[in-house]
Amino acid sequence: MTMMKKLLASAVASALMVGGAQADISNNTVKIGYLADMSGTYRDLAGPNGLKALEMAIKDFGGKVNGAKIEVVSADDRNSPDTSSSTVRRWVENEDVDLVAGMVASSVSIAVSKILEENDRLGIISGSAASSITNEHCTPNHIHYVYDTYPLANGTASAVVKEGGKTWYMLTADYAFGHALESDVRQVVEANGGEVIGAVRHPFPTQDFSSFILQAQASGADVVGLANAGSDTTNAITTASEFGLTQSGQTLAALLLFLTDVHALGAETAQGIQLTTGWYWDMNTETREWSDRFMEETGVRPTMVHAGIYSSTLHYLNSVAAAGSDDAQTVRKQMMDMPINDMFAKNGKIRVDGRMVHDMYLAEVKTPAESKSEWDLYKILRTIPADEAYRPLSESKCKLVNM
Amino acid sequence: MTMIFGVPLAVLSGQLLIGVINGAFYALLSLGLAVIFGLLKIINFAHGAMYMLGALVTVVLFDLMGVNYWVALFVAPLLVGAFGILIEYFLLRRIAGQDHIYSLLLTFGVALIIQGVLTNIYGVSGLRYSMPDLFKGGINLGFMFLPYYRAWVIVVALLVCFGTWFVIEKTKLGAYLRAGTEDSQLMQGFGINVPLLVSLTYGFGVMLAAFAGVLAAPIYSVTPVMGSNTLIVVFAVVVIGGMGSIGGAIITGILMGVIEGLTKTFYPPASSAVIFLVMVVVLMFRPNGLFGKEA
Repeated sequence: MTMMKKLLASAVASALMVGGAQADISNNTVKIGYLADMSGTYRDLAGPNGLKALEMAIKDFGGKVNGAKIEVVSADDRNSPDTSSSTVRRWVENEDVDLVAGMVASSVSIAVSKILEENDRLGIISGSAASSITNEHCTPNHIHYVYDTYPLANGTASAVVKEGGKTWYMLTADYAFGHALESDVRQVVEANGGEVIGAVRHPFPTQDFSSFILQAQASGADVVGLANAGSDTTNAITTASEFGLTQSGQTLAALLLFLTDVHALGAETAQGIQLTTGWYWDMNTETREWSDRFMEETGVRPTMVHAGIYSSTLHYLNSVAAAGSDDAQTVRKQMMDMPINDMFAKNGKIRVDGRMVHDMYLAEVKTPAESKSEWDLYKILRTIPADEAYRPLSESKCKLVNM
Repeated sequence: MTMIFGVPLAVLSGQLLIGVINGAFYALLSLGLAVIFGLLKIINFAHGAMYMLGALVTVVLFDLMGVNYWVALFVAPLLVGAFGILIEYFLLRRIAGQDHIYSLLLTFGVALIIQGVLTNIYGVSGLRYSMPDLFKGGINLGFMFLPYYRAWVIVVALLVCFGTWFVIEKTKLGAYLRAGTEDSQLMQGFGINVPLLVSLTYGFGVMLAAFAGVLAAPIYSVTPVMGSNTLIVVFAVVVIGGMGSIGGAIITGILMGVIEGLTKTFYPPASSAVIFLVMVVVLMFRPNGLFGKEA
């Protein structure tokens, strides 16, 4: 379907809606496909517990939308764009899935969003990081919800440069996400008067980082930036501490660190590391209440991705209810029209490029003395306001901007 | 500063040493595989899972009972080895004498089941295990900072490798082992319990993997999936060395560690592929591997 036809279709649909049209939900079912890494490196930060969060949202919504059933299917993306593409193709072509949720590896999200665009279905990406997802890879069929590499670089890198870390050496995971994060960090470092003096791209995933840590040490840079995620980051941090990287005067900046990673490392190893996060479970009464419920279900505290999956699913269902339709463009428009106010975000807003903008937070890992329990791990240093955190639309390469 | 291909000599020396350390790890892991294949003709695809179990048991024993590193170094391989013997007794024995492919498929299935079950219990973020106090810190060698623990790994791994090679190739027990697998009926005629010998040999190979796992616990994220990536590399090492060649596995293990380390220095993106590249080249010219006997 061409862009014009899509817009026309959505205009017609909205016009019908204004006229108080009755519920127009295909097959009288809203079907959600949950696609995430269920068994690999990114399992704990999204995975099966993300599915729990999604089901919590459906339950809290009441289990039905405008009288229509809500169905959920799920699949393991195996961090593979190929596997994910064939799963999603089957979902949209044969099983009439309306929304694909979850999505962690950026390479998976980019591949899947193209299929969603071809078939005019909706996707909400909660786990991926690459800012290119709503920049050069944006489509009218997906929304990027929780965070991306732009605020990660903006928050952590600018804070570290301002504290005196002028020269940087990057350890970058060699795929879409790592490249995007490295390039965003470069921009921020250079804009703040620093310099990236070297970088090494390591295979994903890597177990032994000793060789790369040695290269980073030899570079003599003030800061060693980790543009990777999951077990790559925790392995790199453990090895850096083993090789005395910080004792020799270098600073470690982990640009993407999830609560589950910090929990795995423990406050002893991770203390003092600064990081940017989209959400933290222990921020206020509302976040704590929801996290307690999540913990009862899963036995662990939620990551920002889990919280984002809950929030975005609820927002999607609210929009389907308000629009009275499960048509992708109609719902997307409705989602853009309604601000997001829940335990995840205050006045969050979905922009035309599909980016959900909301406040981000610069946090620091507590010391073992400060940490009162195994999940009491962050202190929030400052809030990065939504309009400061994300790439402004004026710098966007997204085809939907200025159309 | 002296430069070699644009890399300072000091940095290169550090990378070589790291390569040898990782190579010692590969040697230890491929040694177990070579023992199991060389003596029993079993392609043990569960080897990575056994390595992971060694590390995981170390962490769990510490969490549950406060068992320290030194005790774990003996207890964890024994426990995992005993588990290996159970697998041999209840599963592998049933396909003895069949085509190699059956042992490959069976052990691969076992590995997937173990990995899947443990992933559901422990997740993949990694379990915490702190380094024994004795090994905290390191020594500045001038060209690099060598953590004490890595130095210990290389020493102990090489000792175990040499000891195993010595027992199998140079002692009477080793001779029995080799003969027992060569012609089991004849050996049984001499009054030697060959099935027991087979069980113990498999258990020993598994112990070697678990021992490598204990060594890995303080330096890598201990997760149920940690063995799966390592396994493929170790298989390539064994193939390059010559399937079943004990000495070949040790020498190739160290050599591949060094080659991988150098690739990480000169062209990092190729570091995960370089060992397979070497494998292809070696197999083109020596189909039985570098140290393999002619078929």
